[in-house]
Order: sequence, then C-alpha cells, then structure tokens
Amino acid sequence: MNAPAPILADSPALISTRFTVPGMRCAGCIGKIERELPKVDGIIAARANFSAKRVAIQHDPALDETALTAALLAIGFEAQPVADNPLGVETQERKRLIRALGVAGFGMMNVMLLSVSIWSGADGPTRDLFHWLSALIAMPVIAYSGRPFFASAWMALSHRRTNMDVPISIGVILAAALSLYETITGGGHAYFESAVMLLFFLLAGRVLDAVMRDRTRAGIGALLGRMGKSASVIGPDGSTRRVAAGELEPGMLVLVAAGEALAADGAVEDGVSAIDNAMLTGESAPEPVAPGAIVHAGAINLSAPLRVRLTAVADDTAIAEIARLMDEAGQSRSHYVRIADRASRLYAPVVHSLAALAFVGWMIAGAGWHQSLTIAIAVLIITCPCAMGLAVPAAQVVASGALLRRGLLVKDGSALERLAECDIALFDKTGTLTLGTPRADITALGAEARSVALGLAQASRHPLSQGLAAALLHEGVVPAVIADVREVSGAGLSGRWNGVEVALERPDDAAQSLAARLRIGETAQTIAFADPLRADAAATLAALRAEGIEASILSGDRAAPVDAAARELGLAATAEVSPQAKLAALEALKAQGRRPLMVGDGLNDGPALAAAHASIAPGTASDASQQAADAVFIGEKLMPVALAVRVAKATMRIVRQNFGFSIIYNVLAVPLALFGLVTPLIAAIAMSVSSLVVVANSLRLARSTK
Amino acid sequence: MTGLAFLIPIAIGMGLLGLAAFLWSLRDGQYEDMDGAASRILIDEEDEL
Repeated sequence: MNAPAPILADSPALISTRFTVPGMRCAGCIGKIERELPKVDGIIAARANFSAKRVAIQHDPALDETALTAALLAIGFEAQPVADNPLGVETQERKRLIRALGVAGFGMMNVMLLSVSIWSGADGPTRDLFHWLSALIAMPVIAYSGRPFFASAWMALSHRRTNMDVPISIGVILAAALSLYETITGGGHAYFESAVMLLFFLLAGRVLDAVMRDRTRAGIGALLGRMGKSASVIGPDGSTRRVAAGELEPGMLVLVAAGEALAADGAVEDGVSAIDNAMLTGESAPEPVAPGAIVHAGAINLSAPLRVRLTAVADDTAIAEIARLMDEAGQSRSHYVRIADRASRLYAPVVHSLAALAFVGWMIAGAGWHQSLTIAIAVLIITCPCAMGLAVPAAQVVASGALLRRGLLVKDGSALERLAECDIALFDKTGTLTLGTPRADITALGAEARSVALGLAQASRHPLSQGLAAALLHEGVVPAVIADVREVSGAGLSGRWNGVEVALERPDDAAQSLAARLRIGETAQTIAFADPLRADAAATLAALRAEGIEASILSGDRAAPVDAAARELGLAATAEVSPQAKLAALEALKAQGRRPLMVGDGLNDGPALAAAHASIAPGTASDASQQAADAVFIGEKLMPVALAVRVAKATMRIVRQNFGFSIIYNVLAVPLALFGLVTPLIAAIAMSVSSLVVVANSLRLARSTK
Repeated sequence: MTGLAFLIPIAIGMGLLGLAAFLWSLRDGQYEDMDGAASRILIDEEDEL
C-alpha cells in the first residue's frame, strides 16, 4: 500500500532531475509531493527522500528546471535544483562501512558459534575441525572488513605518522596470523573470534561516525543553494538564455529578475531597484540602485528587474576574493589532531613496547619462542584499543543526536572537540545576534489599517513589505482585497481599496531608511521597522559567560546600529570591519594563544569562520558561511550556540571518562596477559564487556541537552 | 558426530542467507531514507477508483 511510485527508468525519453525541498517536514508533505506532482503534464513520477529533504522527479525532457520548480511551488514547496552528483563520496564511504560491518557481524556470529563449542570442551579432531572452519570463515571476513583500518594505517605509516588504526591493524593481523599457525599445527588456542569481534565493534564506531556526518551534511545541504549560480544573458537580438555562473564573461548584458541573486559583478545599465547586500556587508537596510550603480555577485535584487553589464566574473568577483581568503584561512584547521589520534600517539608505543618486553622476558625466562610469541600476541590482543576505538565516536554520536533535536547540526566529531576548547566568542551582528530581517512595529495600526497594509505588503518582495506581512500574518490579520496594485521601485506600493487610494510608501524623511508610510485616502501613518535582537540573545551570552567564555561583537555594519546592540547586551563591539580585518582579528587572537569561537552568517564572515578555532552559523547564513562553519543552528533562537558549547564540554568529559575506563581495564588485563593467563575465552569476554561499558557511559549524554 | 556434517553447513548457510539479504537491502536503497520510511506509514492512501 505504501509502495514507492513506479519509476520508469528504462524509458530513454525520460530524464530525472533532483531538487532539494527544505520545506518537507511531515508525512503529509511526502504524500502530497508524490501524489500531486505526477498530475502535472510531463511529470511521470516523483519520489521523495525525507532524510535528505530531496525529491527526484522523472519527467519529459521538454520540461526544464524552471517549470519543475514552478510545479513544486504550485503545491506549496520551495525547491532548488541539485546540480551535483546525488551519490556523493560520503554516501559511498558510509555504504562501504555498513557492508563491512554486515560481513563482520556475519563472521562474528558464526565464528563465535564454533568457539563456544571449543570452550565447552570440544577437543581432538573436533577442535581441529572447528578451528579450520573458523579460519575458513574468519580469514576472508578479516581481509574484507579490515580494509578500512589497514588502508588508513598504511596511509599513516607511509607518511611516517601513527594513528589509532596502526595498533588496531597490527593487533588484528598478528592475532589472525597466530591463530592460523595454531590451526595448521593443531594447537589449542585460536583467537579468530577475538579478531573478528574487534573488527565488528570498531566498525560499529566508524559507521556511527559516518552516519553522524551524513545526517548533518544532508541537513545543511537542504539549506544551501540559494545563491546566484546562473544568470539570464540577453543576446544581441534581445532573446535571453540561462548561462551558468562559471561560463559568464565580462561585457555580457544580463537580466536580473526581482528576487534573483546576482551571479557576477557588474554595473547597472537600466532599471531602478533596491538590492539586499546583507550577505556581503552585514548591513540590514536595502540599498537603492539606479543606472550606473556598481553591484556585486551575491547581492539579491529586491523589487524591479535590472539590466546589468558584467564587469568581473567567476574568480575576479568580490565573492571569489572572499572565497580565496576562506580557503587560506581554513588551512590551519586541517592541522588539528583529533583526541583519539593524540591518545594513540601515547598509547601505541607503550603497548608495543610491553608486547616486545613480554616476548624478550619469556625468552630469557626459558620459554620456547612459540610460547613467548603467543604471550606477546595475547598482550597485543588484550590491549587492542577496542573500547578506545568506541570511546570517542560513541560519545560524539549521542551528543550530536541530542543537539540535532535542539536545532543544532554539528558537522563532525572534530567540530565537537574544538567547540569544547573555545575560550572567547566573537559574534557578527546582523543575522546572528539579530534576526537579520526587519520586523514591523504594528501596535499603532487599527484593524482596518492592518488589513489594508497586509493586502498591499503581500504583493511585494521588498524586505520591509515581507517583514510587515510576516508580522501581520502572525497576528492573524485577514488581508483586504486591493485593486490595481502597482509597485514603483524606490517609491513603494499603491492601489485602490473600496474606491479609496491606498499606498505603502517610502517616508519623505529619507534618512529614516527602516520605515514605511501607510496612506489610506488622506490619512497617513508611519510604520517603524527594527532588526530586533534574537529574543534569547542576552540569556545566551550569560550562559556562555557561565561556561567561562566572554563574548564581543565584530560587525561589518555601520557604527550606530552596532553600538546600540552592544549597549543593550553589555558587550564590547567593533564596527565597520572588512572581511580582511575580521580575519586579522581572529589571527591576532590565535597568536595570543586564545581559542576563538566565531559566530556569523554573512559572506563577509566567511574567512573569519574558517580561521576560528570553531565556528557556528545560523541556518539563514550564506552558502559559503554554512560550509565554512563547524555547526549550523536553525530557528530564531540563539541558545543552541551556548548549548553547543555546554554539550561539547560534557562530551569531552564523557570521552575522558571512557579513556580512563579503558586504561583501568588495561591495567587489570595486561598483567594477566603478561603472565600467559589469557585464553581466547577471557579475551572475548574482556573485549565485549569493556565495549558495552563505554557505550553505556556515552548514552548518558542523551540527557545532556535537558 | 555425524550430525555435525548436516548442522554446521545449515548454520553457516543460514548466516550467509542473512548476510545476502542484508547486502541486497543495502544495495536496494532501503537504508537511504530512514526518517521517510518512518513517516510513510502515516500517509493515507486515497484509492482512486
């Protein structure tokens, strides 16, 4: 009954296009998309992926992306075509890990079945037979499931480094080799089940890690893609065609529709409109433009179509310059060494010298080389960092799941580790401390005025109109029916309501850019707009202070609004900072040995986000900023920022406890191994108990966001 | 002991069957959209007759 809609992939006439649909939130949305879309002419089938917030549409090649986007909009969903390969590298890697986990699980169960019989007393030819069967199952399983570890260990060794996978690989390979030798010579102890079980537990940790990364990437991917990636180029004959941003050339004339983002820098040739530069400069007020004005890629055209002669494209635009800064700033982060690798740098030499000592010691004590080697390998198996391999991913996955439910997407485990280390915070103002969209003060308006204002405001894309409409709709106002609505760019909206002239226009006092005047017949009222601070901004800063993190403002906006926000929140502030200066401020802090947390949304924050020790961006931020940030928070609340820091610190506490437990376990188990008392049964029990304890301890983090 | 000759191949065969089923479902994309699968059960099918 819930069978997927049939997708006719074999028909050569059809093509498939993928869209991200961030607005898909419930079962009803899936049903609506999959039921309603195929009713449109030319669309054969639609299939929604709810986790990735994507829809794949099978359609007639005659329909282009614009028509499909319009079809989705008609049933109430905003959508963006996805250009890149839908099966990314990350998904491939996760699938490989899950396959390896499945194979290891199969091997573990069957080898364990045989091992239990041996431990229960099977001996003689039966034991030899069971050992041979175990070897037959375990060797291919180890070869297949161990590949992720062997490859990573080989990579580290060939760069003359060591990581967690080096002791793991050595332990597994030696255990398998020793067991094979025992099997061939008819010996008593084979460690096949230990080797396979170790791989299974460690792969479980890796899979958790990969699932966490993919889940967040899908969440962020759904927010991306609103920037200008193509432009309508006007040909000499007046016809227009879509050209991808990378293929634009200086001198081309492009048509920028209202609501569209610019894909390159240029000068306005024709048209009067206003552009939203908030992503580039951090200024919340729209900027009016007329012929001759210079406009930059990334700016959004608000009210009327513009014809723009391009002056700089692709790598020469102001945006590309910022992207270059971000690339360079992000380099330092790749040198960060994660806690698991730091731990193994201490751990591996200790364990390996212990094993070597055991071998030498027993040789001196007069045991044969076979017995000495068996004991040395038992030391390696018992100390193989099974619990250690789970210590970090288990805690981080539980923490990131808890944060996800509170509206914060953490990109990976390394981000959580760096968030926990931050000791100073820098906030951008517009869009970060504030909501970034102007909100209207409608308390002075009567019921009639509200209704008329909504009727007018709904007709426009101007941010003030949209802010006003949002505020009125929130109050439950029903829009009045306005006839002949006209929008004159830079002046406002006008129309007729019950035979009376009504207008929503720019006030005469031009200095007050964040205001509008509502005129009904002869009476006029001014509606003030403000870009308010997020409701819990002060509470968030207090919570950060409680964690020992002092905050300050670093904004590209003008001094007056920045100072006003700083006074209200009691913070130090720096205004009118260029992207380069933001980056320099971050570098200066790092040079002093501080670990700054950057919270920002605009493109101008991008380099600073990439350079900071850790960074967080709101879900409304520019694509580049979201990609540079370690975490993205969704919604109107700022509190997830403070929550992220608190949970990151709690996670590191749990990780340290897990490490502590692993060390205690080793201190108890190693003497047993050194004295040759470890049998395969003891190794198997020790390994599973220590892993379970670590996972159980990590699960306590699920309550950390309460 | 001759029972083992039957029981062990059966046990391993069943394990392999489970593994094959798992790999098949993975290849078939059944783990691609876990949240969606959880929601789909709530969709009311409108029988169009």
